[in-house]
Amino acid sequence: MMHTIRLPTILRVHAGGDSSVTARGSTVGEAFSDLGKRYPALASQLLEPDGSVPVFVNVFLNDEDIRYLEGLDTPISQPSEITVLPSVAGG
Amino acid sequence: MSTSLAPTPIVRLEALSPRGVDVYAKLEWFLPTGSLKDRVAAAMMEKARSEGRITPGTKLLEPSSGNTGIAMARLAMLWGVPLTVVMPEGSSAERIETLKTFGTRILFSPQPEGANGAVRVAEEMAASGDYLMLHQYANPANVEAHYSGTGREIVTQLDRVDVLVAGLGTGGTLMGAGAAVRESFPRAQVVAAEPPVGELITGLRSMEAGYIPPIFDAGRLDRRVLVRLRPTIEHTRLLLTAEGLFAGPSCGAALAVALRVAREMRSGTVVTIFPDAGWKYLSTGIYTGPLDQSVEKASDQILW
Repeated sequence: MMHTIRLPTILRVHAGGDSSVTARGSTVGEAFSDLGKRYPALASQLLEPDGSVPVFVNVFLNDEDIRYLEGLDTPISQPSEITVLPSVAGG
Repeated sequence: MSTSLAPTPIVRLEALSPRGVDVYAKLEWFLPTGSLKDRVAAAMMEKARSEGRITPGTKLLEPSSGNTGIAMARLAMLWGVPLTVVMPEGSSAERIETLKTFGTRILFSPQPEGANGAVRVAEEMAASGDYLMLHQYANPANVEAHYSGTGREIVTQLDRVDVLVAGLGTGGTLMGAGAAVRESFPRAQVVAAEPPVGELITGLRSMEAGYIPPIFDAGRLDRRVLVRLRPTIEHTRLLLTAEGLFAGPSCGAALAVALRVAREMRSGTVVTIFPDAGWKYLSTGIYTGPLDQSVEKASDQILW
C-alpha cells in the first residue's frame, strides 16, 4: 500500500528537492522505515536513534497527529497522506 | 476600563451544527482590541505591575504576530510605558497600522522564519537586559488568563461540554480553557486545531530549530488536527455566508476541526473559540475572489 509523505521545506534537501515522496507500509513506522531505505538522511531526521519521533517533529496521518493515535504503530488501512511538520510558534 | 474584561458571548452555530450536535462559538472579538489576546496581555501586564516589575522607566518587548502585540500596545499606551513588538515581515498591513496607532515601536523579524523568528529576535534583544519581555510563550499568566477567563466563562455559559476545540499558537487557550472545562466536565475532550504554519515556514535551519512554547504540554491534549490553508479559508468564508460571522482565519481553522469532530458524534456539545474578527485580514484577500487565488495569495503571508 503506497502512501504520500509530505515534507516541510527544510527536509526536501534530503529528498532530492521534492515536496513529497512515497512509501509503503501498514503502519506509520513501517512507512518511515521504507522511506529510510531510499532516503537514509531523511529518515534520520524523522526518527531518533531509539526509533522514536523527535520532539520537534509533528507527524500527521490524514491530518491527525499520530501522538494521539498509536504513534508510529498507528495502522494505515488505505492509501494515505502523512504530513511531517516542524513545531512552530503562533500568536 | 484599563483591564476590565466582560464575558464574551457564546453563540450556537445554527446553520452549521450537524443534526443532534450543538456547536457553539465563543466570540472573542468582543474584547477591547478585538481579540482574545486582551485577556493574555492584561493578565501578564497586571501581574508584572503588581510585582513591581513595570515601573515608569520600563521598556516592554514582546514577540507577536499581531494580536498580543496590539493588546499589549493598548495597555502600554494607557500606562505610559514604551512597547516594542517584534513581528514577522509579511504580517498584514492592518496589524502594522494598528500597532502604530497605539504608538508602538515595531521591529521586523525575517519572514521565512515566521513567528519562530520573532521569538528568536526578541529573546536575543531581551538578553541585553534593557527590556522587560513578558513572553507570552513562557508566561504562566497566559494560561491563567484562559483558565479564569475564557474557560470559566465557558463552563458558566454552557450546561454541557463534550469537546473543546481551539487553535494552537502559544498553547495558552488550550492549556487554560482546557483545564477549566475539564474541571467542570471531566470527560470533555480537548482538541487542538493546528494551523498550517509549519508548511509555510521556509527559514528553519533544521527540524531542531522548531519551537515548542514552554507553557504548552502536549500531554494535556486529547487530539490535534492539522488544518491546511485551503480549508481554513473555505471555513472562514463559510462562517460569513452561513452564519453572518465576519471572522479571522484562525476561526476558520477552528471551525473546520469543530465540524470534523461534531460530524463524528451522534449527540453532544462542541464549543470552539473564535479568536478575532476579519477586519485585520481584509488586505490578505482571503474573503473575496476565486478561492484558488486567495489560497495562492495567502500562502506567503503570516495569518497567525
